[in-house]
Amino acid sequence: MAQDVDLSQVDRIIAAHGSGAGALIPVLQKVQDALGWLPKPAMDRIAAGLRIPASNVYGVATFYAQFRLKPVGKYIIKVCHGTACHVAGATKITEAFERELAVKDGETTADRMFTLESVACLGCCSLAPVAMVQKEAHGRLTGDKVAKVISDYRKAEGGK
Amino acid sequence: MASQTQKIRITVGLGACGIAAGAQKTLSALEEAIAARALDVDLSITGCMGMCYREPLVEVRIPGRPGVVYMEVQPDRVPRLLDEAVAKAQIIPEWVATGEDGGGTEQAFLARQKRIVLRNCGRINPEDIEEYLAAGGYQALQKVLSGMSREQVIEEIKQSGLRGRGGAGFPTGQKWEFCAKAPGAEKYIICNADEGDPGAFMDRSVLESDPHSVLEGMIIAGYAIGSNHGYIYCRAEYPIAIHRLNIAIAQAEKKGYLGERILGRDFGFHITIKEGAGAFVCGEETALMASIEGKRGMPRLRPPFPAISGLWKKPTNINNVETFANVPWIISNGGAAYAALGTEKSKGTKVFALAGKVRRGGLVEVPMGMTLRQVVEEVGGGILGGRKLKGVQMGGPSGGCIPESLADTPIDYDSITKTGAIMGSGGMVVIDDSTCMVDVARFFLDFTQKESCGKCTFCRVGTRRMLEILERITEGQGREGDIETLEALARNIKRGSLCGLGQTAPNPVLTTIRYFRDEYEAHIKEKRCPAKACRKLITYRVIAEKCPGCGVCLKVCPVKAIRGEKKAPHVIDPELCTRCGLCMDKCKLKAIEVI
Repeated sequence: MAQDVDLSQVDRIIAAHGSGAGALIPVLQKVQDALGWLPKPAMDRIAAGLRIPASNVYGVATFYAQFRLKPVGKYIIKVCHGTACHVAGATKITEAFERELAVKDGETTADRMFTLESVACLGCCSLAPVAMVQKEAHGRLTGDKVAKVISDYRKAEGGK
Repeated sequence: MASQTQKIRITVGLGACGIAAGAQKTLSALEEAIAARALDVDLSITGCMGMCYREPLVEVRIPGRPGVVYMEVQPDRVPRLLDEAVAKAQIIPEWVATGEDGGGTEQAFLARQKRIVLRNCGRINPEDIEEYLAAGGYQALQKVLSGMSREQVIEEIKQSGLRGRGGAGFPTGQKWEFCAKAPGAEKYIICNADEGDPGAFMDRSVLESDPHSVLEGMIIAGYAIGSNHGYIYCRAEYPIAIHRLNIAIAQAEKKGYLGERILGRDFGFHITIKEGAGAFVCGEETALMASIEGKRGMPRLRPPFPAISGLWKKPTNINNVETFANVPWIISNGGAAYAALGTEKSKGTKVFALAGKVRRGGLVEVPMGMTLRQVVEEVGGGILGGRKLKGVQMGGPSGGCIPESLADTPIDYDSITKTGAIMGSGGMVVIDDSTCMVDVARFFLDFTQKESCGKCTFCRVGTRRMLEILERITEGQGREGDIETLEALARNIKRGSLCGLGQTAPNPVLTTIRYFRDEYEAHIKEKRCPAKACRKLITYRVIAEKCPGCGVCLKVCPVKAIRGEKKAPHVIDPELCTRCGLCMDKCKLKAIEVI
């Protein structure tokens, strides 16, 4: 995996943000946007580019929930576990996704199609329980609807 | 206001809730259908109208007639909406949420509200500064810059009695004064938009619906304090808010409300957006500043307070989104007008994200002093599905559950604090009798335990220990003395933590023990969950008399725990059953129950 990383993109992002510690988080965010995750060679390059220790880069990348140190699937499924969703049965929704995708929460399917995640709150409380696939929210979910959501995405992929 | 030349205006609510409910598709359907019918109308967008439970919402405004907000306008409702409500100007009564003529089914939702922070939300196009200006926007800034001294601005805010809406409730005017008087030429203004409480979406809605009101509040604060640079620290999970803030900043710069020599005066102000990276603790001010500086977001000891030594060690003033959004209104209408609303010690209004088991969930703004029951019953329309109100969770993971018996508590900082909860930033989750309070406490501890930054041992390890005990209790492994151990841990975590996260993390447990001790005892002593929510303590069962043996549950069960012949009542094997509830969801005849 490591050899595939396009470091020229990383260099361009660093150049656009200048140096210094203050630029670290925005640079990590942009690099993750570009690559989908933060491979180790990219983090090393960021450390060199911003002239800060690699340990700082790694420390920040592991502190914040947003940063991923593993590659992700094409579709990221974020199951909301906010208060309103929790009382509306969010745990069952995560389980339904786990069953449908045959992965555990936080994992990616073998075909790299889906990554299943739990998030704290998506803020669409009136639609609880909610899950977001990419930028599309699916509200008032039930175990049943979860199966349909997944099969719809699979169909859309298969149809191409 | 209506003139002959004015066009019919159709506005689609495009807040995140609306979009989640499909408003973007409604907008596209409207665009197509308007073009197909060659209708001469203005199609525009707005932010959050507040009625999340009726999204997508579309307002139709025909010149010379009262405006009407239509609800649940999915694309299939678009043709009739255009043909009747627009082309023929005939109101479609069964779809009306609220009409300016007083019609519609949702008037009660608005009747008790007082909109100051949300004054423009759902009314103006948040991506067009002209609409903000037409609604009186930037007039407060004009007023400030054309003759008010810095001291006068601070005095006006002090007079308003405005207190920090992020939750702690510190008087805003006083905070500004500390920072204004702090020595140093370089100072910073920070808007805390890292709204992290699960179940809270007030700040997101304001930023998405009326970003200029927040910018204007920040610019005024910059003038009052003597700062030329502001940061908005916004959750990365709010892409629409960030997008609209970027547009708003660019437009304000173009119009001369941001930049050098604002409105020709010797005062310049710039605003930078910093995207958060997903750490709840960054809602704490010192952690937030560490994050802007590019570090791990860990809090530090105070003093020195940010007003003396904050971002980059310069004097810094931090307020949250709602606090800033109040500022232009206060300057325009006077501190006294604001102070006339609310109670003796809590002035003005408060915005709440009303959610949970309530009929009308959405974004609401009510005067301080209204009771919780009034908000739940009158604004929220009572409990969903005719169940019973059990309590109201306020303040998210830092707050607590206020029981139904205290629902007549007025909403003000001091009364709410007395119950053991906190006002918090505005999350208000309504809980009914199907919710287990021990599980709610476990839920919040799970959250704070994960989000603890790890700096203070009591917070890092203590919340973990509390969570383990709560997990045991909800799994039927509770022991005598668990409640006392929880209380002792809670006391120590509160005392031994540096920042608000740890100091308040035990609140959900303490309030549920205080008000719902019987539920804890039922779990521990009788291994029973009174709300029938804790999985290890319940059993799913087929009600034989209701079951026709259709086989739907049998097919849907992922672990094959259901057996039965066709057309004969089925049976669930409790040993195999994982309590996933799929069979119950699927059974249309309600022949499956939880015991």
